[in-house]
Amino acid sequence: MSNNIPLTVALSPHTYSKESIETLMYGVIIALIPAGLMGIYVFGFNALVITLTAVFSCVALEFLVQKYVLKVPVRAFDGSAIITGTLLAFNLPSNLPLWMVVIGSAAAILIAKMTFGGLGNNPFNPALIGRVFLLFSFPVHMTTWPKPFDAVTAATPLGILKEGVKEGKNVSELMQQMPGYFDLFLGRMGGCIGEISALALLIGFVYLLWKKIITWHIPVSMVGTIFVFTGLLWLSNPERYADPLFQILTGGVMLGAIFMATDYVTSPMTKKGMLIFGALIGVLTVLIRIFGSYPEGVSFAILISNAFVPLINRYCKPRRFGEKQ
Amino acid sequence: MSAAFIYTILSLSIIAVISAVILYFTARKFKVEEDSRIHEIESVLPSANCGACGYPGCHAFAEACLKAEVLEGLYCVPGGNECMAKIASILGKTVTEKVPMIAVVRCNGDFNARKKTTNYDSAKTCEIETFTYAGDTDCAYGCLGLGDCVKVCPFDAIHMDTTTGLPVVDEDKCTACGKCVIACPKDIIELRKKGLKNRRVFVSCVNRDKGGPALKACKAACIACGKCVKECPFGAIVLENNLAYIDDDKCKLCRKCVVVCPTRAIHEVNFPPRPVQKEEGPESVTKEIKRN
Amino acid sequence: MFANIKTFPVGGIHPHDSKLSAKQPITVLPLPETVSIMLSQHIGAPAVPVVNPGEKVKTGQLIAKSGGFISANLHSSVSGTVLKMDQVVEASGFKRMAFIIKVEGDEWADGIDHTSAIKTEITASSDEIRRKVADAGIVGLGGAAFPTHVKLSVPEGKKADFLLINGVECEPYLTGDHRLMLERAEGILIGVRLALRATGIKKALIGIEANKPDAINHLNRLTDDDPGIEVVPLKVWYPQGGERQLVKALVNREIPPPPKGLPIDVGCVVLNVATCYAIYEAVQKNKPLIERIVTVTGDAVKNPSNFLARIGTPIKQLIDAAGGLPESTGKILSGGPMMGKCLSTMESPVTKGTGGILLVPDNDAHRKEVQACIRCARCVSVCPLGLEPYLLMTLVEKDMLDRAEQEKITNCCECACCSYTCPANRPLLDYIRLGKFNVIQRMRKQEKK
Repeated sequence: MSNNIPLTVALSPHTYSKESIETLMYGVIIALIPAGLMGIYVFGFNALVITLTAVFSCVALEFLVQKYVLKVPVRAFDGSAIITGTLLAFNLPSNLPLWMVVIGSAAAILIAKMTFGGLGNNPFNPALIGRVFLLFSFPVHMTTWPKPFDAVTAATPLGILKEGVKEGKNVSELMQQMPGYFDLFLGRMGGCIGEISALALLIGFVYLLWKKIITWHIPVSMVGTIFVFTGLLWLSNPERYADPLFQILTGGVMLGAIFMATDYVTSPMTKKGMLIFGALIGVLTVLIRIFGSYPEGVSFAILISNAFVPLINRYCKPRRFGEKQ
Repeated sequence: MSAAFIYTILSLSIIAVISAVILYFTARKFKVEEDSRIHEIESVLPSANCGACGYPGCHAFAEACLKAEVLEGLYCVPGGNECMAKIASILGKTVTEKVPMIAVVRCNGDFNARKKTTNYDSAKTCEIETFTYAGDTDCAYGCLGLGDCVKVCPFDAIHMDTTTGLPVVDEDKCTACGKCVIACPKDIIELRKKGLKNRRVFVSCVNRDKGGPALKACKAACIACGKCVKECPFGAIVLENNLAYIDDDKCKLCRKCVVVCPTRAIHEVNFPPRPVQKEEGPESVTKEIKRN
Repeated sequence: MFANIKTFPVGGIHPHDSKLSAKQPITVLPLPETVSIMLSQHIGAPAVPVVNPGEKVKTGQLIAKSGGFISANLHSSVSGTVLKMDQVVEASGFKRMAFIIKVEGDEWADGIDHTSAIKTEITASSDEIRRKVADAGIVGLGGAAFPTHVKLSVPEGKKADFLLINGVECEPYLTGDHRLMLERAEGILIGVRLALRATGIKKALIGIEANKPDAINHLNRLTDDDPGIEVVPLKVWYPQGGERQLVKALVNREIPPPPKGLPIDVGCVVLNVATCYAIYEAVQKNKPLIERIVTVTGDAVKNPSNFLARIGTPIKQLIDAAGGLPESTGKILSGGPMMGKCLSTMESPVTKGTGGILLVPDNDAHRKEVQACIRCARCVSVCPLGLEPYLLMTLVEKDMLDRAEQEKITNCCECACCSYTCPANRPLLDYIRLGKFNVIQRMRKQEKK
């Protein structure tokens, strides 16, 4: 040999795409920025503090577990823990005490992620587990949202609707207390930090699609199902059920559809499976909203559907090329 | 408040009672009658579920023992003769004793003897390396050192020696279940008789190339010179396909072949230090010194 | 650029195409001192030697006879003395038998026309064409090296409707077929007409990736007056040149899965452009397959080139002719970066299946650290055959071959899109190859029983 480097021998391929787990994860984080900015704009500095607390505690916990408990190579900075923290924070009201945020992060990272073996092995979306953990533990804190641009607390549009319908009021009557569709679209309403602005979330969605980080299947299928299902209910009785546009603009549907349901680890592997998964989340969301006791149901719907993912993967196969169907 | 507590406790208790009743009846309905001796046999088996007996696990083996007319052909490798004798006494049958065996690694090419000539970069398992090419040294027969045998051992009895890059069998733990023999894609590991007082002599090489290329690839290779065959007083060594092989049925552990092997490819294990060597050793060294 | 551009519907990737040598005309490589001609350079039964060590041979003389129907003749690529038969490390990394021939001059065997004059007139009958192709030892030059005369014999009970000519060259870096289409287009088209006559097919489609507009235009110009041959531009998309993808893209038919499914099952015969050229030379000029175009390329190569090299030339000589082995080389590939094989030594010879030599700098030669699967589903979406590589890898790792067989592991065409795209750098294809091999072995054993 004329050179001193020993020749490398490996099976093909010998060239690889530039994508790595880090580029994908940081891509998602970039896509989350508009929604975060909107949250800070609407709810003020507190939103930023909560988000940073959640991110910091998630990354720190993952680091500690990997380094000292599992004693595996530390991959806490691959971006996945940052996403978990950000998404958790985006699902919290901006006036939550910080120690609760830390507890939520601990539930997300320790219970939902690391106990299953870390990234890639968790059956449920960690951020949502963290959120639901907090929702069960501190129901009052988790359901008092600050009014936009204000320190006063107020209910979310869906909360107002639920309570109102319970009291026997007409939907059309209740709708007059609500912000207009344009305000809903921009995010001028009460709610969690990241869920309010459909516009900001859609900007993130476009970025994710452009960078080919996710495909359109799950978000479109999920939002479409909610739209169609609530649309049918609305047509059947507009006095009792809110219109579909209102339904998809409120209660974290956009955040859930674009960022939570599309979580790689907890979503199906095939296009067909993704469509079914999205539809399942949509149906469950509407069922919980209309017939359940919670005003909104995206978190629960996604978590329940996560449990169906192995089953979907088992039975939704891609069409095998050349096989007779 | 107290009413709520009472209702909760009551309703939960009722659910518990109903579930218990359902469970009781289903358990009775679907109860599988099992010979109590199966349990007894299982308790004397090592419970490693290694599969060396040819059955999916210890339970299946116990069932097979129970069903079999004679225990011939059924043998728990890790449990050994002792275990089989116990099973026989439980079932009131007889067994024939088997000679204890052990896994033996027949490759001698450590990092010094066998230089790496290429840098292997596919998935780090021996099976895939064998699939990729002849191996990352010039020897197409030797150990690849990626430890498929280590991964497959149910008894934690084989480990990679990081200083030589070769696997080492732990004599106390090895039960000769044969899993590593199947796992090794180069057929390097062989089950041999454990030998009298655990003493064994074997050719630690499987290179079937002619002497020249074999020695070029690995300084410790069997070069098929045939000296051991001539030396052996019992005719236990055969030379086939450029490779010497010691038949462990005929070998009387005299160790004469070990001394004559020019590449030290024949290994002796668990022998006391050789008295002859003590005399020869210093002499040859002094000769070397004088020459210099 | 081209209207109505075609492609296959599912999966695929677009690696950087890096066709460094696309502008380099084909140059004839000087004769080497010795050649090592591998005894088995094709799929099927090995050839049987008909010359002995010590004998003198002429260029183009038969040195090993086809060992069965699916087998191919082997000819000496040089004139000289057969020194010996010995084990030589071939591109697959294993030692195989080869003729070592010392080169003495360049004296051709009788009856071979090795001038560059073009002989257009087709006089041979269908049977004659097949016989001549078989005699000349022609195998598929796209890489698989399947004996061509077998492809040209349409089995009884099957009807062939289309002859598909593969000029896709979807592997990055390789440019041999591209240059051939530019420089020897007349010969290729005569070869296509010969293949049409041999198989009795009326229509030939030449598929070319749209990154070779010069080749598409050139062939279009030459086939303007021939309604039987059509040039079809295809999307630049890997693996466009895979047999199954090509048939799907050109005539929208799906070949049934391997091992039984062949193009002929859907009425197609697929040939590579270089194979067509070899057919032309064999039938019109009696010239056996003794040389082929080999691209020598790589990011650090001084002069990326397309050489016309005799079969059996040591690869070292090709590398030297392209400006020598760059200092930084860490990996030498026979073939392209997607499906090529690593060479463990530069002494390996050129075989009928060697399409290119790619020198990879050491800093690109190593795989990255394997991470946990994040189930991003990229491997599933890029698989052109609708398989689930992530699942197959796990099944093989866990040795669950039954389930792997159910999940159609044997359909895999090893195009490597899954491993290419995996963001966690998982060795998906390594395990799938292993599993596929083990499953096929097991199937064969069961068939025997």
